[in-house]
Amino acid sequence: MEYKSLYEALAHLDGYIYPNEITLNWDLLIVMYPYITGLVAGAFILASLNRVFNIKALKPTYVISLLTALSFMLVATMPLISHLGKPQRFYEMLMTPHLTSAMAIFGFVYLWYLMVVLLLEIWFDYRYDMVIWSKQKKGFLKFVYKALTLWIKDTSPESRKTDDKIGYFITVVGIPSAFLLHGYVGFIFGSIKANPWWSTVMMPVIFLFSAMVSGIALVMFIYMVINYIRRQKNDIVCLDTIAKYLFYILIIDFALESLDQIHRIYEADESFDILKILVRGKLFFTFFIMQIGIGTLIPLSVLGFLQFKKPKEKIRKIIYLLISVCVLIGIFFMRWNVVIGGQLFSKSFYGFTSYKVNLIGGRDVLLSLLWFIVPFIILTFLLWLLPPWKKATHE
Amino acid sequence: MAIENKNFSRRDFFRKSGAVAGSVIFASLLNPFKKVYAVEEPKGKSKWYGIGIDIEKCIGCASCVRACKNENDVPKEPFFFRNWVEQYVITNDGDVKVSSPNGGIDGYKQIVPKEDIYKSFFVPKMCNHCSKSPCTQVCPVGASFETKEGLALVDKSYCIGCGYCVQACPYGCRYINPKEGVVDKCTLCYHRLQKGIDPACMTVCPTGARIFGDLHDKESSIAKFIKENNCVVLKPQLNTGAKLFYNALSQEVH
Repeated sequence: MEYKSLYEALAHLDGYIYPNEITLNWDLLIVMYPYITGLVAGAFILASLNRVFNIKALKPTYVISLLTALSFMLVATMPLISHLGKPQRFYEMLMTPHLTSAMAIFGFVYLWYLMVVLLLEIWFDYRYDMVIWSKQKKGFLKFVYKALTLWIKDTSPESRKTDDKIGYFITVVGIPSAFLLHGYVGFIFGSIKANPWWSTVMMPVIFLFSAMVSGIALVMFIYMVINYIRRQKNDIVCLDTIAKYLFYILIIDFALESLDQIHRIYEADESFDILKILVRGKLFFTFFIMQIGIGTLIPLSVLGFLQFKKPKEKIRKIIYLLISVCVLIGIFFMRWNVVIGGQLFSKSFYGFTSYKVNLIGGRDVLLSLLWFIVPFIILTFLLWLLPPWKKATHE
Repeated sequence: MAIENKNFSRRDFFRKSGAVAGSVIFASLLNPFKKVYAVEEPKGKSKWYGIGIDIEKCIGCASCVRACKNENDVPKEPFFFRNWVEQYVITNDGDVKVSSPNGGIDGYKQIVPKEDIYKSFFVPKMCNHCSKSPCTQVCPVGASFETKEGLALVDKSYCIGCGYCVQACPYGCRYINPKEGVVDKCTLCYHRLQKGIDPACMTVCPTGARIFGDLHDKESSIAKFIKENNCVVLKPQLNTGAKLFYNALSQEVH
């Protein structure tokens, strides 16, 4: 959003705002950054529910969760990088990190999670199958699978046991890592004392639980879409179990966010007056309607109802599909309310600026869409290369 | 036995060198976390700059804003500022009206009728050159840094333009220069200070409302200003160690 002149910009203001705050410094791309990272962390937590906490009903989504997490993880930093004023200098963050900066450390948390947790876990999970496939396929694909196995040919039962053991260990390490990854994204915002809308110790915890909610909803959605495309029957026990966990974690998430707001309202410090106007005015639609209404209250009441009364399978599937979309939309607007909402009011506490998304032709919109679509393309490719339904049965 | 001993010694060697390497890495990791702030105030005679604003003397002419824009190539359109002047009008009803048309360059219009005005005054704003600056703390690459004189500067050849410091500054003193793609802010005319010349905004102020100097030199004008007035800084509750001191700041000013 670029204004041509000062007076055109001033028309979008209410009250007084510091002159450098008129245009938003962080736009839609920075909304996508915690959104995508959250989906990764959430999808991984769902996988670990099956692997570590041994919830057997979730087995059909285990590999899909991991591949979903990887697909989104590969682009997780792209919104951030493409938003930089000097994108070609992004590597400096890893080469010469400034250790008092939360953002600098994020690069390492990201790499740890991608390299040590996700890639390794998927590799150990698929190693045996890739050896088998490398024997079955011909030509270039044979080479690809061989390269993916790192030219290891061992298919003995002992080697599979080792794969399992290491995979289990990595998942155990992965759970705190996933917590760290998204808790850290919350810290990036929560540690900014200049911004009262962001600065709360609850931020990392809220980000974490909203990440779990969004990741679980995403995997539920993807699982159903994959089955629809493959003309396979959904495992309804699996879907019911996912929905149950989605319900529980949504309760925790909603409770934490409510606690944060209640605390803010009751304390009513110097920033309260401006934040009250912000939430009731500029954020009314995105906060009350989208985040709390569509994203939280509707899923909570529907999923809660399903815990007591189960309608027919067919209806439940449709409900699950709709609810997963609702939750995904809700969490997107939760990120929006944090990132955009935090910049709409002036740090002078005397006024507001505004942010309008250029739906057609806006650079931020196009790039944000791109970074949301690319993971699905990667996921499609991964599902083709490493089809979970062709994996050899375990145990 | 001899072979066993040899084996043990080799294992010992690996164990010890591993321990040394590990502790070196651990120590190097720990060390940077000792300090949360970017710079510590040096003790002794070295310079430590501070700025004073005499609110009573400011007439809102915005010469300082114009001078800064010209001296430092601050974009005129679109609307970014290294310093600006705010006009506060507090009505008899207690309403606070703040304005800063084009940073003050375009002049102020008094929209409140004279009889309704309780009080009115100008507040020049600029970088506070905080000693515990939140902006340099969050820079992911260290392009924002503090000089040993206590000035927060930006290495523009190194800045990646992430805008995290813009978010972290409580005073709105930083912006991303749209032409350069990197962050820009007040340097207290560091290039002039190096040559022994006063900053542009200081030299042009017709009433002497702007004061700056070495806080360590108790004979300097800034040290005397702070001694003679009950000075306050903006948003003291944030503990930024701001070094922009105002005398007689009204509580309505944020």
